[in-house]
Amino acid sequence: MKPEQRASLTRRLALSISLLLIAGGALVSVAALAYGRQAAQTAFDRLLLGSARQVMDSTSVIDGRVMADIPVSAFELLALAPEDRVFYRIVGHDGQTLTGYDSLEIPDERDAPDVAYYNVAFNGEPIRVIALSKRFAERAFSGTIQVLVGQTLRARNALAQELVGSAVLVVVLVGVSMAILAIVAVYSALRPLYRIESSFSSRDPRDLTPLDVAVPSELTPVVSAINRFMSRLDRQMEATNNLIADSAHQLRTPIAALRAQTELATEESDPAALSVSLDRIHARSRSLSRLTDQLLSRALIIHRNDSVVRTRVDLRTVAMETADEFDIDSQGRARELRLQLPEFAVWVRGDVLSLREACKNLVNNAFVHGQPPVALIVETVGDKVVLAIQDQGPGLPDQPELRAGERFVQAEDTANRLGTGIGLAIVQEVLKAHGGKLLFSPADRQGFKVSMVFPGDRYGSDV
Amino acid sequence: MAAMCSGRVLFCHCLAVLTLCLPMPLQAQEAVRLFGPEGAIRTLLVRGSTDIEMFAPVMQAFIDRSIDTRIRYEQWGSNALYQKSSEECQQLSASADLLISSAIDQQVKLVNDGCAVAHRSAYTRRLPAHAIWRDELFGITLEPAVLVYNRDMLSGDEIPLSRFDLLDRLRPNDSRFAGRVATYDIELSGLGYLFAFADSQQATTFGALLEAFGRTGAVATCCSAELIDAVAEGRFLVAYNVLGSYALARADIDPRIGIVAPQDYTLTLSRGALIPKNSPQAGTAHAFLDFLLSDQGRSILQKSHLIAIFDDEDMSDFPSALGAVPVLRPIPLSPTLLVGLDQMKRELFIRQWREKMVLQAVESE
Repeated sequence: MKPEQRASLTRRLALSISLLLIAGGALVSVAALAYGRQAAQTAFDRLLLGSARQVMDSTSVIDGRVMADIPVSAFELLALAPEDRVFYRIVGHDGQTLTGYDSLEIPDERDAPDVAYYNVAFNGEPIRVIALSKRFAERAFSGTIQVLVGQTLRARNALAQELVGSAVLVVVLVGVSMAILAIVAVYSALRPLYRIESSFSSRDPRDLTPLDVAVPSELTPVVSAINRFMSRLDRQMEATNNLIADSAHQLRTPIAALRAQTELATEESDPAALSVSLDRIHARSRSLSRLTDQLLSRALIIHRNDSVVRTRVDLRTVAMETADEFDIDSQGRARELRLQLPEFAVWVRGDVLSLREACKNLVNNAFVHGQPPVALIVETVGDKVVLAIQDQGPGLPDQPELRAGERFVQAEDTANRLGTGIGLAIVQEVLKAHGGKLLFSPADRQGFKVSMVFPGDRYGSDV
Repeated sequence: MAAMCSGRVLFCHCLAVLTLCLPMPLQAQEAVRLFGPEGAIRTLLVRGSTDIEMFAPVMQAFIDRSIDTRIRYEQWGSNALYQKSSEECQQLSASADLLISSAIDQQVKLVNDGCAVAHRSAYTRRLPAHAIWRDELFGITLEPAVLVYNRDMLSGDEIPLSRFDLLDRLRPNDSRFAGRVATYDIELSGLGYLFAFADSQQATTFGALLEAFGRTGAVATCCSAELIDAVAEGRFLVAYNVLGSYALARADIDPRIGIVAPQDYTLTLSRGALIPKNSPQAGTAHAFLDFLLSDQGRSILQKSHLIAIFDDEDMSDFPSALGAVPVLRPIPLSPTLLVGLDQMKRELFIRQWREKMVLQAVESE
């Protein structure tokens, strides 16, 4: 199965970087345009101001007339913008033109400050004009003189464009270097993934040991997840292998015995002996059936331990459901199973089915190896929760704590072959998966007690 | 050949008309000549302040390159030419196709008023910065302001090679130069005003010179021709700030005329050419302008002394016998020339000039 192909990381990155650069570039360009215009405006306005001041300074009252002896330097200043046309006008106190271009507009007089800049169109070309005002108060002449100096915008626009051009060039250069850096970054960021890939492809298919590849911290969760997944796979494979080995081992003997008894029975001519023989075959096949059940149940448990999501489980429910199954035995006789349950819910985080299976096995053991009545007890001890099975028997002989739960360990009393070591093994598997422990209390006045101790689910406690 | 003959015939005809019209004050154009075949498809109208004789060769050379173009050259006085062109510009009426004037301040004003169209070519790009403005005004000539002296009456150490020399010659109380130095009357001559105004920006020498002129009774008169004539005839020893192109042309045929480019600095003027915005034959005008700026055009203008040669040893208009190569101070085609055109500035400048010069009217003959 080919994994779904998503858009390439590089392409997505390139796309987002391009968008970023285009947006950023546009923004910077607009800013540069505004800045460039402003800077050019300021620079050339100063030329206008300098020039107008010189013209203003050259005005004086001669023989009662205002005369302007315009210095050439005033226009040389303006000629620093070499390609621009120059306009000027000196306006007398009564609004008549003393000299210069008659048609150059005067700013609105009422709110005109001493220095005013404005843009107008003149002779079909936009120009920037400065208006300077000066009051004369002399014996021969009294009134306000205005000096207007204007200039076309070529040099301003050229300077603004130059500034914008340099800014945009910088933006483009930065953009290109960012793009290159981004590509390099993507490739170097993806290299650990290629290392993981090559580590996988060079490995033996049965090798499920954890990956040992140096990766950046961002990728550690990925590698951990892979390793967790692999160890689960490893466990399941091991469990499957064990199951097959167990099944082979456990099933071979009873099946061989069954076959031998069947062969004997076919040769038996005595009806009484045949009946005994059939009873044996029946018992044997029941035992075999139970064995098979247990083996499958164990496989189920192992599978569920790794794959089923834990939920909040009330241990009382587990106890009651187990009790339901044991109401009547295989011969249809009612059994004596007592329930000792608290009045509050006893929460544990786990898998109901597994817990019930473990409980069932312990109860079954109690019925097979112990003495009725059997009690099913749910209780809390500190922050632990306990599901215990108690019978009135003598308990397990020969320090069974040490061996109980290992596969194939069976109680000595296996006369009717109904008990197998698998029961305890299942219990151990379930406890391991739930972080619990199996405790055996020595037989006393109240009988022998086997306890499954689980950590309580704090958040689920109703107490 | 036919073209040239018809040109001559027309020229004679025009001269006859001119003579008849001369007393009329409104007749602005001084002379007219047609170049090229009669049946030409188009006629380029060139108006200029340059003498027809000096400008004819370059126009003829341009005409010789094409069979379907004709040039009508009208020679105008520079003030009348400016008035006419300015009116045509403002009234948006059909105008000349090319204006060429030595009154470059007025040409700058026309460009400043938006009366010209831009022209860009490989030829305009190689012009020095002072000879081009806004790609609309082009300096096509190089004409120095020179000292003209009478070779019969001055020789050797007596010849003033710079303004300082001239000041030295005028200093003694019994100077033979007293009353025999002439220059333009800047009120009558636009060119004289332009040179004087440029001089006033160049150096303090000019103030000293004016005072010396005034003290010794130097003469201010109207025109280039008049000045050169008077020097040739020996009425003046030296004429100051004479337009070099006319002086050099005259010196070619008159051995009495000697010419000096002042060593301290030599003002040079580049006649300004522009294409009016209402030019009916703008395409041809662009071509003719490029021809004037081309190597061929420039070499013809050099022969006419409209482009003076300073630095070429063999061809120089100013032989090294009369001192080293002078420092050239071109009058740039730039809006600074507008200052000189300002009515008040002009009034004040002429007033100052007059106060320093004691004028002696020259009886015209």
